[in-house]
Amino acid sequence: MIEIRIHGRGGQGVVTGAEMLSVAAFDEGRHAQAFPSFGSERMGAPVVSFCRIDDKEIRLREPIQEPDAVIVQDPTLFHSVDVFSGLKKDGYVLVNSTRGLDALGIAEVARRFPEGHVRAVGATEIAVKHVGRPVPNAALLGSFAAMTGQLKLASVEKAIMEKFPGRIGEANVAAAREAYALAGGK
Amino acid sequence: MLKQVEGSRAVAEAIALCRPEVVCAYPITPQTHIVEGVGELVKAGTLKDCEFINVESEFAALSVAIGASAAGARAYTATASQGLLFMAEAVYNAAGLGLPIVMTIGNRAIGAPINIWNDHTDSMSVRDSGWIQLFAETNQEAVDLHIQAFRLAELVSCPVMVCMDGFILTHAYERVDVPDQETVDGFLPKFEPVQVLDPAEPYSIGAMVGPDAFSEVRYLAHQKQLEALEKIPEIAAEFESAFGRASGGLLSRYRSDDAETVVVALGSVNGTIKETVDAMRADGHSIGNVSICAFRPFPLAALRDAVQHAKRIVCVEKSLAPGLGGIVASNVRMALRGVDHRVFTVIAGLGGRPISRASLKDVFERAASGELDDVTFLDLNWRVINEQLVRARDIRHSGPIAENVLKALNPGLGAAAK
Repeated sequence: MIEIRIHGRGGQGVVTGAEMLSVAAFDEGRHAQAFPSFGSERMGAPVVSFCRIDDKEIRLREPIQEPDAVIVQDPTLFHSVDVFSGLKKDGYVLVNSTRGLDALGIAEVARRFPEGHVRAVGATEIAVKHVGRPVPNAALLGSFAAMTGQLKLASVEKAIMEKFPGRIGEANVAAAREAYALAGGK
Repeated sequence: MLKQVEGSRAVAEAIALCRPEVVCAYPITPQTHIVEGVGELVKAGTLKDCEFINVESEFAALSVAIGASAAGARAYTATASQGLLFMAEAVYNAAGLGLPIVMTIGNRAIGAPINIWNDHTDSMSVRDSGWIQLFAETNQEAVDLHIQAFRLAELVSCPVMVCMDGFILTHAYERVDVPDQETVDGFLPKFEPVQVLDPAEPYSIGAMVGPDAFSEVRYLAHQKQLEALEKIPEIAAEFESAFGRASGGLLSRYRSDDAETVVVALGSVNGTIKETVDAMRADGHSIGNVSICAFRPFPLAALRDAVQHAKRIVCVEKSLAPGLGGIVASNVRMALRGVDHRVFTVIAGLGGRPISRASLKDVFERAASGELDDVTFLDLNWRVINEQLVRARDIRHSGPIAENVLKALNPGLGAAAK
């Protein structure tokens, strides 16, 4: 089982991100469970969502405490939330930022994880370029697929189109593709 | 059709497949997505010949469903928490009048203190209203139970509540097989009411009944529940042969037949319990799980059969009867009268507190080694409790409890009342 935790701020779409991850995994014939955090959700407040992916039925209902991967939609969260909490030793971290790990102040933490497992991608900028709005989900999912090899780009694209049919979906798919390529996905 | 879908959406699609003729909608978290989904399906024409009525309160929602059902329509509504309390009078009326309404409860805590998250206090507050109460363990079961609920309600002329954990199920995206219309139509015949308000042949429903007949009418309500006890397994068996999967029934057993410790619970927490059971079995513990689906009628005989071989029963309950302890445990003890068993209550998950495998394993091990109290609260923060107890003992004007507890947890909020 792979467990993914998404950190963001209320309104940035952590729930939608986890839902699309689960739909992409489902499209690949896997079992997946996406669910929101059980805390206060206000616009701008730190929020969390979760996604589990497995090859068998997922019965577990507890929040994810020891994730295999963490996606951080907003790098300002590093100041207030321990986004690395419980992250497995060989886990992945994907941060939405155009800044390097040094500038983000997480270079030292990153050295605890295998090479290439902690990365930053300018998902907001990619979204603004393709979608015209700062909605980083699609680019983050594209980057995540390339970085972890857990999902095919085609499944991510299908999940995006299912959630956002039409032109908005297509623009988001373009963002996901660019991020996938940037992260070395083939 | 297999889908990766939000629980609420899956239930909305299941409701549409049951062809309700009247749906009364009033929003309350965490149920709102369900009635919104049904509304969309009515607007899109997927659900035809259905009156979707936006009402002004939960009291109105169920009252309209009562009127619709009495006029012979298949009626549905959904609510949660304070919404269920607000319609409480109508809840008793629907059952007392024998109207086969189906209502989803997106289970949520009840205030004060106000809390929007999951526990079972809402459903438990009306457990003796005469409604049948079925608890779903997964979103698949929530879908399947709604289809069975209409069949059951109309068969015995009794309203049915399908209870699904708020957020944990209602807001979870997971794999659900939403059946096709033809299979549902084959399983669920057109509603033929046993009583109907018809201007052509007028009679009244809802007579005043005095001491000479009230007990008899109430006995018949009890008899109806006992009849449902027979029908629930029959309907579940028919469902399995029509839809190709087991869902519902009175209860289900998991590795419990030879278990010394049997953990009994309602709803989605059974999934986490099963994972805990597997891990503990691997470590050599003799432990299993019984998931109660039908809480009303309560399956006394089936439960007795499922757990009487065990040495101890641990009831994990998402509700608290202050001054008593566990409601489920009290019912389980009733099933085990005459049998010398320890029945433990573990109060867990109140107001949405996560229930983890680690905490469950700890209490199950303590139950097995004889160290567990009769009533245990999972993961209590004794520091804040003791601070409040001392404050209340030492200071007359000790202030509001909930606010004091919050301040003890988060010193940044300021000092507690003095």
